[in-house]
Amino acid sequence: MENSYMKTAASPMRARWRTHGLPGWVQATPYSLVFLLFFILPLGLILAVSFWDATEYEMIPAFTAKNYLAIFEGCSNTAELCVSFKTYLSTLKFSFLAWACTLGIGFIVSYFLAFHVRSSGMQTLLFVLCTIPFWTSNVIRMISWMPLLGRNGLVNDFLLSTGLVAQPVEWLLYSPFSVVLAFVHLYTVFMIVPIFNSMMRIDRSLIEAALDAGANTWQILWNVIVPLSRTGIIIGSIFVITIVMGDFVTIGVMGGQQIASVGKIIQVQTSYLQFPLAAANAVILLVVVLMIIWGLTRLVDIRKEL
Amino acid sequence: MAHKASELELIKLSKRYGQVTAVDAIDLSIPSGSYCCLLGPSGCGKTSTLRMIAGHETASDGDILLGDRNITLLPAAERGTAMMFQSYALFPHLSVLDNVAFSLKMKGVPTAERHGRAQALLERVAMGQYARRKPSELSGGQQQRVALARALITEPRVLLLDEPLSALDPFLRIRMRAELKRWQSELGFSFVHVTHSQEEAMALADQVVVMNAGRIEQVATPHTLFNAPASEFVARFIGGHNVLEAGGQKISVRADRMRLARTAPTEGASVAAQVAAVEYQGTYVLVELAHAAISEFSVVVPEQEFFAAPWQAGESVHVSWASADAHALA
Repeated sequence: MENSYMKTAASPMRARWRTHGLPGWVQATPYSLVFLLFFILPLGLILAVSFWDATEYEMIPAFTAKNYLAIFEGCSNTAELCVSFKTYLSTLKFSFLAWACTLGIGFIVSYFLAFHVRSSGMQTLLFVLCTIPFWTSNVIRMISWMPLLGRNGLVNDFLLSTGLVAQPVEWLLYSPFSVVLAFVHLYTVFMIVPIFNSMMRIDRSLIEAALDAGANTWQILWNVIVPLSRTGIIIGSIFVITIVMGDFVTIGVMGGQQIASVGKIIQVQTSYLQFPLAAANAVILLVVVLMIIWGLTRLVDIRKEL
Repeated sequence: MAHKASELELIKLSKRYGQVTAVDAIDLSIPSGSYCCLLGPSGCGKTSTLRMIAGHETASDGDILLGDRNITLLPAAERGTAMMFQSYALFPHLSVLDNVAFSLKMKGVPTAERHGRAQALLERVAMGQYARRKPSELSGGQQQRVALARALITEPRVLLLDEPLSALDPFLRIRMRAELKRWQSELGFSFVHVTHSQEEAMALADQVVVMNAGRIEQVATPHTLFNAPASEFVARFIGGHNVLEAGGQKISVRADRMRLARTAPTEGASVAAQVAAVEYQGTYVLVELAHAAISEFSVVVPEQEFFAAPWQAGESVHVSWASADAHALA
């Protein structure tokens, strides 16, 4: 195709454009440029900087594995986990908990919306209802938990007044619990949207065919609806896991700045102008996240084969 | 799958959606081992009737009996019916083999056994070598065979088919139609087939049930239906008939039993009209006529006869018929 355009003279070429539209590579150019400028280029830059050398006050263009070695320093010690591994483990734990909770809640909400709400008007209304938390900013939504969960918050007041506990419950706020709670609150919609979307594409006669074959509600759910919502589940999972893996604000605010995360490390390093070290950390984080996504898609494939 | 006592009987069966009555107290008996077509225009209640038999729609009133059991309130899977859906409703994420074995899997039959039985059924519908494929990799006709195998694995006593041929192109439709008929006679149990095509019903059915506005207009063999339509609706819907008034009563006369002449015949019934259009159809010529009191008036003239003395649009014509061919309508 491309060749034939190049060979023809200018005027027949223009005539052809009029009938067939612009050649493919011209049509693809604007998006390719955006992609190159805002994705490939910054990523390449981070990768390059991660190999640079640095002192306390300047960056030195070089090619050294120093930054990576610094991150994994002490990690050969088998007796105790090094700081990097501990941080990654903690971040992975939050990712897993947030993923499991958002998937569970997101699937149930989507299932209810797609299969139990009959009128499409009601469906739209309830769907919009799910997005209401997004009418305010992330930080405000996080902070709004504080009067509820704090030592003198509503929950503790209630527990104390009913006599269920003698002392205020401490783990409600600035704890792993509050961090996961905030993640679930913030990101469940990212699960609901893609899963609901895949569920709405499921042909309703497939459900009837399954009923005809004697399947009960749970069998239909597991054998028809879950596999056919697979795409939505994967997309939602990718959203949630990538967001949580890189998060530092939520863990910072809800964890009372006491819980470490990979995102937090990178943020601290950039604030001390340790850009090469931060870049190396970012590259490692990217690789880990890509591996999780790859594993996730494989996992679902394997399940399908059984 | 021999002839068990599996007569299907509908008694005063009704379906109402709010204020709308889709099926209005119909009575119908379908003998075991017969091919029954529910025929009618869209919205006549034929699909609702089928879905009530299948158990995908609950009857508002009346009873459904299959053999000696009242199945009106049973769940779909316990009725002894199997449904073949309009677009086949094959599970897109499962292989052909797993689609067919699906109901056995739901019953907890071990993998090896259910795959063995499914494979045997696939061989039977000549789809054995496609067992590993996904439904999307099959043609429409192949999908129909898989859908049939999936329905058969539940060992139904009645197979319910919801416009099974409408998803196919016209050429394939005729081929798969013949296949359906062959399967029905091989398997020996009842097929209940919903269609809006009178041609399909004529070709397949032992018993045609013509429905209109939630009621049954006529139940008859295709031959009786075509030679003695019970009502004006039936005569018009199945086509090939002219409906006119004679002696204060509505009668129908088959379009191929009418004769055209340039002079008024001396005896027998006749009516004067004008030729509106002439359509060549190969084996016959369709002469469309204009008459003030008769709508959709046309006569089928054999090709040879037509070209012996061709008619032109605009000519005056006398249409006559033998009194034996006139059929009084209710």
